[in-house]
Amino acid sequence: MNVVVCVKQIPDPADPGALDPTTKTLKRDGKLILDESDSYGVEMALQLVDAAGGGEVTLVSMAPNSEVSGLRTALAMGAAKAVLVSDDALAGTDALGTAKVLAKAIERAGSADLILTATESSDGYTGTVPEQIAELLSLPSVTFAKEITVDGSSVKVQRQTEAGFDEVESPLPAVISVTAGVVEPRYPSFKGIMAAKSKPVDEVKIADLGIDAGAVGWAGGGQEIVEVAEAEAREAGTIIEDDGESFGKIVEFLDELKVI
Amino acid sequence: MTVSKIWVFGEAADGTVSNTTLELLAKARTLADTVEVVTAAGADIAGTVGAHGATKLLTVPGTEGKLLGAPVAGAIAAAIAAGSGPDAVLIATSYDGRDVAGRLSVKADAPVITNVVDIVERDGALAGVEPVFGGSTEVVTKFTTDKVGIFLVRPKSFAAEESGGGAAAVEELAVPDLGATGAPTITNRFVEEKTGPSLDEAAVVVAGGRGLGEKDNFQMVEDLAKLLAAAPGASRAIVDAGWVPYSYQVGQTGKVVKPTVYIAAGISGATQHLVGMKGSKNIIAINKDPEAPIFSVADLGIVGDVHKVLPKLIEALQGR
Repeated sequence: MNVVVCVKQIPDPADPGALDPTTKTLKRDGKLILDESDSYGVEMALQLVDAAGGGEVTLVSMAPNSEVSGLRTALAMGAAKAVLVSDDALAGTDALGTAKVLAKAIERAGSADLILTATESSDGYTGTVPEQIAELLSLPSVTFAKEITVDGSSVKVQRQTEAGFDEVESPLPAVISVTAGVVEPRYPSFKGIMAAKSKPVDEVKIADLGIDAGAVGWAGGGQEIVEVAEAEAREAGTIIEDDGESFGKIVEFLDELKVI
Repeated sequence: MTVSKIWVFGEAADGTVSNTTLELLAKARTLADTVEVVTAAGADIAGTVGAHGATKLLTVPGTEGKLLGAPVAGAIAAAIAAGSGPDAVLIATSYDGRDVAGRLSVKADAPVITNVVDIVERDGALAGVEPVFGGSTEVVTKFTTDKVGIFLVRPKSFAAEESGGGAAAVEELAVPDLGATGAPTITNRFVEEKTGPSLDEAAVVVAGGRGLGEKDNFQMVEDLAKLLAAAPGASRAIVDAGWVPYSYQVGQTGKVVKPTVYIAAGISGATQHLVGMKGSKNIIAINKDPEAPIFSVADLGIVGDVHKVLPKLIEALQGR
């Protein structure tokens, strides 16, 4: 069974983000890492391929400046190869444009039985890309999966709901988004890290995918940020150092608010 | 884009319309002359949505046991193509809502403005207000084409309010052939039993984070929650770590809460978390790092070790 996993390489969330004062867009000058949200999809894909007794995991990613450091992490975990779309024309591309690029890249990656994504990225968090990819590829989809079992040509998914979860069955191929935390992503071994360095990364431009520059980037977006403003800040509160008795202040405050 | 007709994606469970749907209806009424609801829930919610300002209830047939994204988006897109569609669609950021928005976006080749907390008018068109960087900054985004405006709106962004309207007139939308996209079938539904108030509605929420150190210490959060008749919550970090189920998660990915009192124990206050709780009326934070971002939104901040503060607090409350 062949599984394609869409992964995003993002600025380290441990570094606070900032807007570029002139372009009003997110600064992206630091090193990129594999979005932790995607590590669950990579792990899930590796487990499913293992359980199926054969096949491989292919990564698909879109990133500026031919960035591969995050891809290498996922290749070191065990993915076989990657398709990377890197093109200056992609700057400013929104979720729909991203989905268009990824859908073409998935087709380039070869015939996939299953396409996995995260439920949303940690830096953009629109959460619409998985469904957009599925619709572009005319494939069924199941979002917010906590468990995936493949049985021949169909897949059984436990899907998060407000009340608990639903068991959903879908024919393959299908697009499935994986909820963070549902599997334990493996740490790459030393051997895996060494092997990852020579695994193939097929770097392509949007023209290679048959995508017109006008369909992506700022112009292709169909939306425009018209204002950026500081949000109304909360009034500064009382901050005290615990001296062993600070719990009393909490009790007092709760009393004042009449919740006890 | 002129704003004369807005459709709201109506969600309901067991015949009860979701609060978020009613919130969206309240906002939609202030933006457009005609407000209608599209739903897979069936005609029995016509009274409720009518009382909240919808004049029509447009039902999407054949969704029993199906995932809603493809059929609902298909029906809306077909109406748009036939010229009877809306100018904008308001959809809640829910599991099904995101599916509908994503599918519709491709079918209509129109972008989605996501994480919306308010909808405003700019130059005669609707624009979405979206908080970024944990809510310290707000950006206003408008559509640049005259295609349908799709908004994914965060729960609790507006107050639900009855309009005094009568039951909405029920009409059935046509669903086009969905091919493989309509295939997924729900074979079983599982409801996780929970005691105490729900995270969505509790007046008090006690949430724990990585600062608790280990899974077993979450019991302190549960204990404190019980004493305050509160709902227990969690940061994404400890949900990802498997300490508590996803249903506990407060934040960007999880639930948005706006209780009277929010107690954050051992939570640093990553952007992801702040977005989900900074609308709380009163915030109490306990964290040992004085630089933790959670203190920037706290009304009462205790710089200290949760392992010391929580047991004393629990003991003091037990004695009352």
